Amino acid sequence: MSYSAPPASAMQSVLRLFSIPSLAKLGVGPLIAAAVLVMIVIVTLLSPWLAPFDPLEMNPMNRLQGPSEEHFLGTDPFGRDIYSRVLIGGRVSLLIGIGAAVVSVLIGLVIGLIAGFFRLADTLIMRVMDSLMAIPSILLAIALVALNGPSITSVIMAITIPEIPRVVRLVRSVVLTAREEPYVEAAIALGSSMPKILFQHLMPNTMAPLIVQGTYILASAILTEAILSFLGAGVSTEIPTWGNIMAEGRQYFRVKPELILWPGLMLSMCILTINLLGDTARDLLDPRLKKRGE
Amino acid sequence: MTLQSFRSKGASRVRNLMAGALMASTALAGSAAWAETTITAVMHSGLRVLDPIITTAHITRNHAYMIYDVLVAVDGNFAPQPQMAEWSVSEDGKVYTFTLRDGLMFHDGTPVTMADAEASLKRWAEKDSGGQIIMDRTESLTATDDKTLVWTLTEPFAPLLDTIGKQSALPPFIMPARIAATPTDTAITEHVGSGPFKFVEAEFQPGVSVTYVKNEDYVPRDEPADNMAGGKVVHVDKVVWSTMPDASTAINALLGDEIDYIESVQVDLLPLLEGDPDVINEKREPLGYQTIGRMNFKHAPFDNVKVRQAAMMALDQQAILSALVGNPDYYEICGAIFGCGTPLADTTGSDSLTSGGDLEAAKALLAESGYDGTPIVLMAPTDVVALAAQPVVASQALRNAGFNVDMQPMDWQTLVTRRASQNAPADGGWNMFFTNWLVPEISSPLVSPMLNGRGDGAWFGWPEDEKIEELKAAFIAASSLEEQQKVAAEIQAHNMEQVLYVPVGQYALPQARRSNIVDMLPSPVPVFWNVKKEE
Amino acid sequence: MLGYLIRRVLAIIPVMLIVAIFVFLLLRLTPGDPAAIIAGDMATPEQLERIREAMGLNQPIHTQFISWMGRLLQGDLGTSLISGTPVITMVGQRMFPTINIALLTIVIAVAIAVPMGVLAAWRHRSWVDYAVMSFSVMGFSVPVFVIGYIFILVFSITLGWLPVQGYAAPAEKGFGEFLYRGILPALTLATIYIALIARMTRASMLEVLGEDYIRTARAKGVKESRVLFRHALRNAAVPILTVIGTGFALLISGVVVTESVFNIPGIGRLTVDAILARDYPVIQAMILITSATYVVVNLIIDISYTIFDPRIRY
Repeated sequence: MSYSAPPASAMQSVLRLFSIPSLAKLGVGPLIAAAVLVMIVIVTLLSPWLAPFDPLEMNPMNRLQGPSEEHFLGTDPFGRDIYSRVLIGGRVSLLIGIGAAVVSVLIGLVIGLIAGFFRLADTLIMRVMDSLMAIPSILLAIALVALNGPSITSVIMAITIPEIPRVVRLVRSVVLTAREEPYVEAAIALGSSMPKILFQHLMPNTMAPLIVQGTYILASAILTEAILSFLGAGVSTEIPTWGNIMAEGRQYFRVKPELILWPGLMLSMCILTINLLGDTARDLLDPRLKKRGE
Repeated sequence: MTLQSFRSKGASRVRNLMAGALMASTALAGSAAWAETTITAVMHSGLRVLDPIITTAHITRNHAYMIYDVLVAVDGNFAPQPQMAEWSVSEDGKVYTFTLRDGLMFHDGTPVTMADAEASLKRWAEKDSGGQIIMDRTESLTATDDKTLVWTLTEPFAPLLDTIGKQSALPPFIMPARIAATPTDTAITEHVGSGPFKFVEAEFQPGVSVTYVKNEDYVPRDEPADNMAGGKVVHVDKVVWSTMPDASTAINALLGDEIDYIESVQVDLLPLLEGDPDVINEKREPLGYQTIGRMNFKHAPFDNVKVRQAAMMALDQQAILSALVGNPDYYEICGAIFGCGTPLADTTGSDSLTSGGDLEAAKALLAESGYDGTPIVLMAPTDVVALAAQPVVASQALRNAGFNVDMQPMDWQTLVTRRASQNAPADGGWNMFFTNWLVPEISSPLVSPMLNGRGDGAWFGWPEDEKIEELKAAFIAASSLEEQQKVAAEIQAHNMEQVLYVPVGQYALPQARRSNIVDMLPSPVPVFWNVKKEE
Repeated sequence: MLGYLIRRVLAIIPVMLIVAIFVFLLLRLTPGDPAAIIAGDMATPEQLERIREAMGLNQPIHTQFISWMGRLLQGDLGTSLISGTPVITMVGQRMFPTINIALLTIVIAVAIAVPMGVLAAWRHRSWVDYAVMSFSVMGFSVPVFVIGYIFILVFSITLGWLPVQGYAAPAEKGFGEFLYRGILPALTLATIYIALIARMTRASMLEVLGEDYIRTARAKGVKESRVLFRHALRNAAVPILTVIGTGFALLISGVVVTESVFNIPGIGRLTVDAILARDYPVIQAMILITSATYVVVNLIIDISYTIFDPRIRY
C-alpha cells in the first residue's frame, strides 16, 4: 500500500482495546476466550515440535487403531497418527482463515473506498456487489475450488470472493458518512491529493468496523474451509486440515468417531473464541455496530 | 473343443470358490403373497448415464441387465448359454445362425425381432473392442427373417459366443432397432428393453434413485438361473436403487431396516453389521476385483521403460491393499495380470510387487534411467471409496524410491475426463492413475483393455507395442488351453517387462442384506431376478 | 407505494443479468471439457471434436453467451450432460424436499428462537440471558455436519427414536411420516438459524423495551406477557424478518451439507453433485435459480416491512 504511517486516530482506536480500564470492564468471559484462543494458536504453531509423529507418515498395517500410549487418539485409515494430524491440521485451517480474512478485508477496503468516494464508480460497483451477494457463497466457493483445483490459494480465493461484497458495503457506508464530515470537505476544498484524502482522512474511519468484520470473516472462513473439505471441494487431501480430517472420517463415523469429533472440537473452540472476541471488540470499538455481517 | 476344455479347468476352481459363498438358486416358490414387495437396494454408485453402450460404468451395465435382455449369456462356468436365442455353428466355424425364442416383447408392446438384434449388435460392435475384433472378421451380419440372424465370418473366430455373451465391460444388450439406430456418439434417450424389469422413467432421479417394476409380460427360460444365464424369474414387484451419500448412512439404514440390501460394504464397517442377526454379509462373487495402476506412455518420464519398471518395483501390494481393504480376509496379493483363480493366471515377474516392493532395485533402475526429477502427475480420485487409497499409498512409495510425485486429488468424474487428454501432464494431461476391474474383465488378453498396443487406438496411456498385438494374435490362434496358457505366460512376462500396467492385487467387497432377502444369485453382476423377499 | 414496488422489482433485472454473466464466464473460462463428459469412456479425439462442434463449444465466447441467454429467456435451462435429463425436470423433482425441509426449519427456528430472544431481553443480564447468548455464539461455531452427526449419534443410534436418513414427501407418505424423517435434518439446519434469530430478537427487544410506550403500557398495568409479545415483539419484527432474509444464504449452505448427511434428495445435493461431476448446464441453472430465489426472498421481505412496521412508509 502506498500510504505512509497509519494516522493516529486508527491506532488509538485499536490501542483502546488493550487499555487497562476497558479490559477491566469486560469481565472474565473474553479473557478466558482470549486465553483459549492463544493456547490453540500456540499449540498449532508449535505443532511440528509437539506432534509425536509425522502427520503424513503412513503405516497401512497399523490402521484404525484405538487410542494407545503411542497414539493418544489412535490411527486413521492409512495408519497415520490422528493426534499429530489434528495438531498440524490446525495450522493450515488457521492459515486459510487468516489468509481469507486479510485478503477480503484488503480488497474490500480498496473497492469500498473507491465506491464510497467516486459517485460514478459507485453505481456500477454496488450492482456487481449486489449480484455477487445474491449467489449463495457456499455454492460459489465450491464451484471456484472445483474449477480451479484444490490448492490452498484457490481455497483462500474461493472463500474470499463471496466475502468481499460484505466488506465493500461496510467500508462504503462508513466512507459515505465520513466524507460529509467538515474536515474531509475541508481537505477536498483545499485540493489535497486523492490518495491523501482516501488513505489519510477516510480510511482511518474504517479501521474499527473492519477489525470487527475481519474477526467474523476469520471465524466464518475457518468454518467454510471445513464445509468445503467435507463436501469434497476443499484443499488437497494430501494436506491435513481440520476439514480434511473430518471429511476422511465421514466414512468411518460409526467405527472411529474421533476422526470427526476431535478436529470438530478444536475447530468449534477456535471459532467460538474468535466470535466471542469479535463481539468484545465490537462493543469496545463501536457500540453502534450491533448487527453482525451486514 | 478348445473353449470347452478352456472352461472345464476354470470351472472346478470357480465352483469350489462359490460353494462356500452362497446359497443354491433353485428353491420352491414360497407362498405367493399378494402384498406388493419392494426391494430397496443401495448400489455402489449413483446411476446417471443410461446408455449401456457408450459407457463401461458398472452401474450402467447393471441397470441394463435389469431392463434389457441379451442373446447369449454366460453361466457360472463362464460357458455361453442361450438366453434370447439358440444358435448353431457351421462345420467350418464361419457361420453362426441364431434363432430367437418365442414370446419376447419389448416394454412398449412390440415383439422382439432379429432386425432389432442386428441393429443392436452393430451399434455395440462400434464401441466394444471385442466387437471390433469380430467385425474385422465379419463378412455379413443379417437378420434373414424375424426369428433368424445369420453372422458370417471371413475366418473362424472361436471366442465369438464368449464375446457376445460376456457380462462386462460392454455386453451387447438388445434394444428396438429404432433406438439402436442412434449414433454411438449420442446417448439414447428412450429406455425400452425386453428384460425382466421395466424402467420407471417418471421416478428416475439421476444420481439419487431409480425404480424398476416387474415386467409381467416377460417369459423366462425354463432352466434354473445360473449366473447371467437361465430363467430370469422375478419374485418381487418393485426394485428401487437408492444412492446414499456415505457408507455410514447406508449401514445405519440397513441396520434400521430402512433398506434391504447394500451392494458393496466397506470392509472396515463390517463389524457394525456383524452384531445384528437380521443382517447377513457375504462375498457375492468369488473372484472380486483387480486393482491396477496405469502409466502414460506418451509423456516423460513414463515414456522410458526403465522409469516404468522403477515405479513398479517401488510399489507394494500389501501396503496398498491393506490401506484399501484392511481385513486380509477380503484381499488377495496377486501378481497375475489375468487375475488369480483364473485359468490363465501366471505370476512371472511380479515378485517385487507381491513381496513388499523392492526399493533398492527401484532406486537403481531410476538412477540408470536418467530420470531428471520431472514431477509425476498422479491423479487421485477422492470421491470413490474403492479408488481413494491406491494413489495415496503409491505416492509415498514412489517418493521413497526417488520420484518427484505431484499427487493431484480430484473427483472421479474429473479423472475420467482428464485421462482422455493426451496433453503434457503440466498442461492438463497426466502420468499415472489407478482403477479397478472385475476379474472377468481382465481374465483374458482378448478382454483386458490394458493389453492393447495400438498407440492412439489403445486404452488411456496409449502404448505403442507391436509385440503385444502379435502375442494376442498368437493367443487367438492357440488351439488348446495348454497353448493358450503358454501364450498367456508370455504376455504376462511381456507386460511385466514393458509395464503396460501394474496389477496391484485382488479384493472383494462384501455385500450385505436383510436376512429376509433370500436366493440372491452369486453373479458378478448383481441381479434382482430369482431373489425373494420373505415376509 | 406502487412506484416503490415497481422500482424494487425492476432493480432485480441488472442484478440477475450480472449473475448470469458471472456464472457463464466462471464455467467457460476455467479448464474442463463438457464434450469429454458426454462422449463417455471410450471416446476418440474425432468424436470429441464432433461433439464440441455440435454443442457450439468452438464458437466465440460472446456468441455462446448470446445463444445461452436466448434459450434461458425462453425458459430453457438446458439439459444435464451426464443423464440427458432436462434441468427443469431435475429441479422439479428435487425442489420439494428442500423447500419442505427449509420451511420446517424456519418454523422450528422461529418457534424456539423468538421466545429465547424475548426471554433473554426480558431477563437482561441474568443467567437466562447469558445462557441464550452462549448458545447463540455456539450455534455459529460448530459446523453443521458435526451437529448433524452428533444428533444422529444421540437420537438415532443411541436412543433409537428417529431414523438416520431419508425423506418422506408429506403429500405421499403423510405429514406424520414427513415430520418423523424431517425433524432431525430440520433441527440440524435450525441450530445456526436459532442462534441468529435469538440474537437479533434479543437485540431489537432490548431496544424496544427501553422505549416510552412500553413503559406507559407497563405503568397502565398491562400484563407483562402481553407487553412482551403484543407490544414489544410486534415492533421488533422488522429486524427479525431481515435476519430471516439474510439468513437465507446461510440456509442454502446448511441445506447443501444437511442433505448429504441425511440423504435427502433435494437441490442442495443436486448442485454439489453437479459441480463435482462438472455437469455444466446444471451448475449454471442451479446457481441462477438459487440466486434468483435469494433476490426474490429479500424482495418479499423488503415489501413485508411495510406491513409489519407501521412506521415505514414509501
